[in-house]
Amino acid sequence: MSKLKVIHYINQFYAGIGGEEKADIKPELREGAVGPGAAFTAAFGDKAQITHTIICGDSYFNENLEKAKKEILGFVKKVKPDLFIAGPAFNAGRYGVACGTICDLVQSELGIPVITGMYRENPGAEMFKNSVYIVETNNSAVDMRNAVPKMAKLGLKIVKKEPIGASIEDGYLPNGVRVNFFDTDRGSKRAVDMLVKKLAGKPFTTEYPMPDFEKVPPNKAIKDMSKVTVALVTSGGIVPYGNPDHIESSSASKYGEYDITGVMDLTESTYETAHGGYDPVYANQDADRVLPVDVLREFEKEGKIGKLHHKFYTTTGNGTSTKSSKAFAKEFAQKLLYDKVGAVILTST
Amino acid sequence: MVKEVERAGIPVVHICTVTPISMTVGANRIVPAIAIPYPLGNPTKSMEEEKQIRRKILLRSLEALSMEVSEQTIFEMK
Repeated sequence: MSKLKVIHYINQFYAGIGGEEKADIKPELREGAVGPGAAFTAAFGDKAQITHTIICGDSYFNENLEKAKKEILGFVKKVKPDLFIAGPAFNAGRYGVACGTICDLVQSELGIPVITGMYRENPGAEMFKNSVYIVETNNSAVDMRNAVPKMAKLGLKIVKKEPIGASIEDGYLPNGVRVNFFDTDRGSKRAVDMLVKKLAGKPFTTEYPMPDFEKVPPNKAIKDMSKVTVALVTSGGIVPYGNPDHIESSSASKYGEYDITGVMDLTESTYETAHGGYDPVYANQDADRVLPVDVLREFEKEGKIGKLHHKFYTTTGNGTSTKSSKAFAKEFAQKLLYDKVGAVILTST
Repeated sequence: MVKEVERAGIPVVHICTVTPISMTVGANRIVPAIAIPYPLGNPTKSMEEEKQIRRKILLRSLEALSMEVSEQTIFEMK
């Protein structure tokens, strides 16, 4: 049997082209495997082969969505692979969204089987887990050696139209489709095992998780902005120069609270970004590009807003867990309430 | 973070470039930005032009805060 033809989609980082400074590169088609493609080649053995790799910058993809989709789809049409794989993206948000978007498109437009992989908190997972098979990975590239064989195995199963097992059997993110299977233990034993673990304070896995897609209803509109104190919050990591609280460049464990009384403009020598997930050059040159203090001071003067709150809150949003972000905001929201802040402008990079 | 601020009862507008992510996260008032590394600027323009871009996005954000919404809404630039 001849080997199945596979196209692999990766970003500029995994292609070894560069980090954030290269995140704007256009889609490119190369022959053969690149970067993590080697691990897939090993996992496929004699069953399949990566004949082509598509490389695209994460920022380019997300900022030029329609163009990027068209270009990449064009490459895939030309090669006509048996399987399309993307990533794995782990917890890289833009990469995950790109992998999900392009897999969904290749599957629906061209009818070609697809597989990707990412961490369950990656925004791409929430967006696409019901439309494409997404193998669940850990939150960092350290998990590559576990993720690749799982993706390769499930990918081949899909191509060969073999029956797909339940999500916990085949390692993909639950997609809302229930698949029955026989467990080795009967229900009563599993329930007692779970209870014993729970009583002993040990971790256990429920067989009936609660859905977590909660939405918060919008608050009422503000009647008169000119009477309201507006606070700035950012996940773009803007901090006073030197990052005095050492906010981590990714997977932040804390947020910063900084006083901007009398600050009219953020300058290169006074503010910078601590964020490690985007090209920091522009934010370091002029942090107003992320945290717009200068214009809000003008609005204050012009009476468009009551005033700009004298403190801003900041953290780095990349790789930071939903749990941490939630805890940060829960805490500083109380401070904002206490300070009688009436509206928040939150900027993200 | 957007959701926790909203939950606390403070109206919040999310300015970001990748609006689908904001939709997934659950922001209610969303204003599209320029680019990931410079949401409220554009280094290819002069400082003065950049400030105008920033002003426009922020004016739109004030409008978003002043408008009632019943569901997640993206306030495209006019």
